[in-house]
Amino acid sequence: MRKLNVKLVSLLAIMLLVSIFAAGCGGGGEEATDEGNEEFKVGFVYVGSPGDGGFTYAHDQGRKYLEEQVPGVKCEVIENVADADAAQALTQLAESGCKIIFSTSFGFMDPTIEVAEKYPDIVFMHCSGYRTAENVGTYFGRMYQARYLSGIVAGEMTESNLIGYVAAYPIPEVIRGIDAFTLGVRSVNPDATVKVVWTHTWFDPAAEKEAANALLDEGADIIAQHQDTSGPQKAAEEAGKYSIGYNSDMSPLAPKAVLTSSVWNWGEYYVNAVKSVQEGTWESGRYWGSMAEGIVGLAPYSDVVPDEVKAKVEEAKEKILSGEWDVFTGPIKDQDGNVKVAEGAKLTDEEIENINWFVEGVQGTITE
Amino acid sequence: MSTGFIIAVLATAVTAGTPIFYAALGELISERSGVLNLGVEGMMLVGAVTGFMAGSITQNHWIGLLAAMAAGGAMGFIHAFLCVSLRANQVVSGLALTIFGTGLSGYLGKSLVGTPLPDPFRVVDIPVLSNIPVIGPILFQHDILVLFSYILAPLCWFIVFRTRAGLNLRAVGDNPGAADSLGVNVFLIRYVSVIVGGILAGIGGAYISMAYVPTWMENMVAGRGWIAVALVIFATWNPLNALWGSYVFGGIDALGYRLQAIDVSMSPYFLKMLPYLFTVLVLILVTQRNMVYRIGAPKALSVPYDREER
Repeated sequence: MRKLNVKLVSLLAIMLLVSIFAAGCGGGGEEATDEGNEEFKVGFVYVGSPGDGGFTYAHDQGRKYLEEQVPGVKCEVIENVADADAAQALTQLAESGCKIIFSTSFGFMDPTIEVAEKYPDIVFMHCSGYRTAENVGTYFGRMYQARYLSGIVAGEMTESNLIGYVAAYPIPEVIRGIDAFTLGVRSVNPDATVKVVWTHTWFDPAAEKEAANALLDEGADIIAQHQDTSGPQKAAEEAGKYSIGYNSDMSPLAPKAVLTSSVWNWGEYYVNAVKSVQEGTWESGRYWGSMAEGIVGLAPYSDVVPDEVKAKVEEAKEKILSGEWDVFTGPIKDQDGNVKVAEGAKLTDEEIENINWFVEGVQGTITE
Repeated sequence: MSTGFIIAVLATAVTAGTPIFYAALGELISERSGVLNLGVEGMMLVGAVTGFMAGSITQNHWIGLLAAMAAGGAMGFIHAFLCVSLRANQVVSGLALTIFGTGLSGYLGKSLVGTPLPDPFRVVDIPVLSNIPVIGPILFQHDILVLFSYILAPLCWFIVFRTRAGLNLRAVGDNPGAADSLGVNVFLIRYVSVIVGGILAGIGGAYISMAYVPTWMENMVAGRGWIAVALVIFATWNPLNALWGSYVFGGIDALGYRLQAIDVSMSPYFLKMLPYLFTVLVLILVTQRNMVYRIGAPKALSVPYDREER
C-alpha cells in the first residue's frame, strides 16, 4: 500500500511538472509572437533537402517567394524527413507556434491527418495526397498541362521520331505525365513514339543517366524525364541530343540539350494559402491548381527552338489557359488502339488522378 | 539482341561499376586489417563534394581528385582513431561517419547545386587499345579513372597476397595478437589500411561527381557505399574478384534499363536482388569453419585489438 502511494504520488508529481512545462512553453510561444510584431509563423516539412535541385528545391523556391511577398511571415523548415518521422516533425512545428504547416510529400499523408487532429486550430496543407479533414487540405498542380506543352516542343524537334522518357515509378502521377506528354507530341507529330524506361528510383543521378543512355542508344533523340535529378539531361547533353527538363529550369546544367522544362511554381500558391489563413477565409478542400493559376508552367526555351514551334505551344497554351479545352479531351486511344475517351468527352478529375493506362504512342509497359 | 547491345551493356557495367570498385577496394583493405568500415557511404559523399568543389574552384580535375582523396583520408583517420586507438565499436563508429558524411557533404555542397563542373574527367583516347573491336569499346573507351582501376586491382592483389607487407596486413586481420608478438606494428598497419580505405572511398565518390554524372547533388552516391560493403563479401576479400564483381553489381541496373529499352520486360526487383543473393551465399559459406580458410575472410574482423587483453 505504501509502495503504491509512493508510485501514485510520483506519477502525479511528474504529470504536474509536465503540465507546468507545457503551459510554460505555450505561454512562451505566444509571448514570442506578440513581441515579434505580428510575426506569422509558417511551417514546412520537406522529404529531401533544397540541395536536391529537384522537387524539394522547387518547394523551397516557393517558400522563399512567400517570405519575400508576405511581410511578417517567418518560415520554419524541417528538411530530410523520412515518412516515419513525419508525425514528429509536424508536431514540432505545431508546438513552435506555426499557424499553417505545409507537408510536402505524398508519404506524409497519414501522419498529417493524425497530427492535425491534435491541433484543430492549425491549418495543415498536404501536398499531392487525397485525405482531408476539418483543418487539413491538399494541394497539387496540373503538371500534365505543362507536360503536354513540352510534348509539343519535343514532337516538333525530334528527327528520329523516337523520344525517350526516363520515369521513376509506375504510379498515376507519373503515368499521367507520360500520357499528357505523348498527347502533346502526337498532336504535332503523329508518327512519333515515346519510349518509357522505369528506373524505380526518384533520386539517383547516375542510374537515371544510365536509363537515358539506354534510350539514346536505341535511337531516341530527345530525352524527357519524371525524376528528381538532372541525370537524364546530362546524358542527352553528352550524346549531343536534346532534352526536356522537369521540376525546375534545368538548362544551367545541360545548356546545349535542354529545350525547355516543365516546372513547378509553388510560390504563388503559398502566398495565396497563407493569406487566406491570415484573413480567416481558408477552407478545407482539395486544391489542384492549373496552369492558369500559375502553379505549373514552362521554363524559358533554349535558342534552338524555332519561333513556329513556340507559336504552336502558345496556341495550345491559350486553349488550356482559357479553359475551353484540356489535355484529356477525346478522342484518346490507349496503347492497343481502343478508344478510351470518345470524341468530345473528357476525363473527369478523378479519372485523371487515378489514370493507369498509356495512351496511343507510348512504348512501354506499366509493371507492378 | 545484337552485339551492339551487348557491348553497350558491358561498357556501361564498367562505368557504373568503377565507383563501387574504388570504394570496395578501400573497404577490402580496411577489412583485411581487421577493421570493418561502415562509413564508406559517408566517405564517398564527402569525397564527391570536396572533389567537385575543389575541381570547380581550380577548374582542374586533378586538384579536385586530390582534394577528394585528402577528404576521404581524413574521414578514414577519424575512423581509425576511434576504432584503433580508442577501441570504439566499429559498427557504431562507421554508422556515425556515414551519417556525419551525409550531413557534412550536404552542408558543404549547398552552393554547388545546379552548377556545372568546368573540367570533368573525360573519355581518353588510347591509340591502339580503344580501336580493338568489341574489347575496345567495352574496356578502353573510358576516362582515366576507369583505366587506372585496371592497374590498381592486380597491383593490390599482388600486394595483399604476394608481399611481406600484404602478409603482415593479413596477419593483423587474422590474429593481431600473434602478429604483435612477432613484432608487427598492429596499430600502424590498421591506421594505414583504414586511411587508405578512406582515400579510395574518396576517389569512388569523386568518380560519381566528377566523371560519371558529373554534377553535385546532395546524397548523390545513393547507396553505392553500402553496395561496396556487400561487394567485399561477394569478392571474398580478393581485389581481383572485387573488380569484376563491381561490374556485376554496377551492370545490373544498366542491364535492366537496356532490356526495357528493347521491350524485354523483366522485373527490376528480381535483377537487383541477384547480386545480394550471392552475397548471402558467401556469408553462409564464411560461417562454415573449414570454408573460412579457403575463402580467406579476416578472422579478427571488427574485433578491436587491445594489447593488455592478449
